[in-house]
Amino acid sequence: MARKSLFHEFTKGIVKENPVLCLVLGTCPTLAVTTSAFNAIGMGVAATAVLVCSNAVISLLRRVIPDKVRIPAYITIIAGFVSVVQMLVKAFAPAINNSLGIYLPLIVVNCIILGRAEMFAGKNPVLPSILDGLGMGVGFTAALLCMGIIREFFGSGSLFGMPIMPVNILIFILPPGGFFVFGMLIMLANKLNSRAGKKVKTSPCDGCPMSESCADKSCEKTAKEATGNAD
Amino acid sequence: MDAKLHVSPSPHLKGNLSTRGIMLDVIIALCPAAIAACVIFGLRSLVLIAVCVATCVLLEYISRKIMKRDTTIGDLSAVVTGLLLALNLPVDINPLIAMFGCLIAIVVVKQMFGGIGMNFVNPALAARIVLLVSFPSAMMHWVPALGAPQAAAIDATTAATPLAAAPGVYSYVDLLIGRCGGSIGEVCAAALILGGVYLVIRRVISPIIPCVYLGTAAVMSLIVGLDPLYQLLSGGLLLGAIFMATDYTTSPVTKWGKVIFAVGCGFFSILLRAYSNMPEGVSFSILLMNILVPLIERATVPRTLGFVKKKKGAEK
Repeated sequence: MARKSLFHEFTKGIVKENPVLCLVLGTCPTLAVTTSAFNAIGMGVAATAVLVCSNAVISLLRRVIPDKVRIPAYITIIAGFVSVVQMLVKAFAPAINNSLGIYLPLIVVNCIILGRAEMFAGKNPVLPSILDGLGMGVGFTAALLCMGIIREFFGSGSLFGMPIMPVNILIFILPPGGFFVFGMLIMLANKLNSRAGKKVKTSPCDGCPMSESCADKSCEKTAKEATGNAD
Repeated sequence: MDAKLHVSPSPHLKGNLSTRGIMLDVIIALCPAAIAACVIFGLRSLVLIAVCVATCVLLEYISRKIMKRDTTIGDLSAVVTGLLLALNLPVDINPLIAMFGCLIAIVVVKQMFGGIGMNFVNPALAARIVLLVSFPSAMMHWVPALGAPQAAAIDATTAATPLAAAPGVYSYVDLLIGRCGGSIGEVCAAALILGGVYLVIRRVISPIIPCVYLGTAAVMSLIVGLDPLYQLLSGGLLLGAIFMATDYTTSPVTKWGKVIFAVGCGFFSILLRAYSNMPEGVSFSILLMNILVPLIERATVPRTLGFVKKKKGAEK
């Protein structure tokens, strides 16, 4: 893997590898808590805090954690931070705690956090890991906020609790409306990425979600040989 | 014949059926119900129908243009969708809500899945359900029909369809000629039956789906202890059985598939009417069976001519 700039580690999570809209991770909280913009921000910030802290600690401990039991070790670290965040939210923002309900402790099993631990923090130094977590967290929050604003605007006729529209289309804050908005946003993200990216595929592993953590680069080699032969 | 010799794969004999002709027949069959709506609820219902049809055709045109596909408004399918949707709405609904329904039906359900023949559920029904879930109070606000019993009392309540009314309020004759509350197209049972008979005579629809649907619904009503005739004549059952469940795209093509489909529709309609907290279950049951159509068709593929089915244990 080529050395990438720290800035890149931060920005990639926001649009290009947006965890919700491009990697389609963490779908459950995305659909469940985005019925209002406030909930979306609360969820996004809580998950970002956990993500940054857990990435940092896992990155520090990456040489200590035995490879075979790394998943339970990661989960333990993540669960510790989730408990901290949950207690803080309960103490300082009880309203958000009430509206997020079970989804706040469920950050433990959020695939974005475990995914970043497994793909990035487990094999990179501390600073890039923190930036990676921050970028992914911002991307997650931005996607949730988009969905929250759209669903609250149409579903409750309000924005951040302020009433704006006289009519509301109830289906937007029900699950079917959530899936609909989610699909539309994914379509938009794909459109944006295909327009901005125009990246030339250099290896078949680029399209593979496991490419970064994949130790076996043989498929890449064979592809390179194939192209070399063709030349 | 302008050319003397045609070399082409079969079929060599073609009927003069066209999408446009079929849709025209459906529109003609819906005319009695539309006229009955005008008589029962006044000219407001004509305005509602006009709004829905115009919006549907316009949206179909615009969405085809945006997607850079050829225009298909000439086949009249958008007109049928708009007409069916209008007949599924209460008469005093806000026209903007009706237009939102048209948007769901034409753009989301029909054109996003590829246009006519590609939609996975009936567009008008899906739009009706989206509206029902989104605007429950507006969609269940029934205005009393012309000459309906206790007309003054009904206006105040939101549950004035025959299904929610106390037993004995409406007679069978009331239901047959539409002297009751409900969506503009569903109240007059006689007009719907007339349209259905026309469609069957013109061979636009096969009688299997409506007959089996209504039969199953009657049997189910007996089983759960409701009055079968009252259930058949009230609510959207006739409209659903004759015009919605028989949609070509979203109903099975095989004979036994049609039977299974219709039995399922009838079963769930009455089950939802009897035990759910909504007064009506026809649209939900048809939508559910629409989604099951691919599975039903796979289960009922007809036997090829001359194909002998292997018996179990007969392989030697």
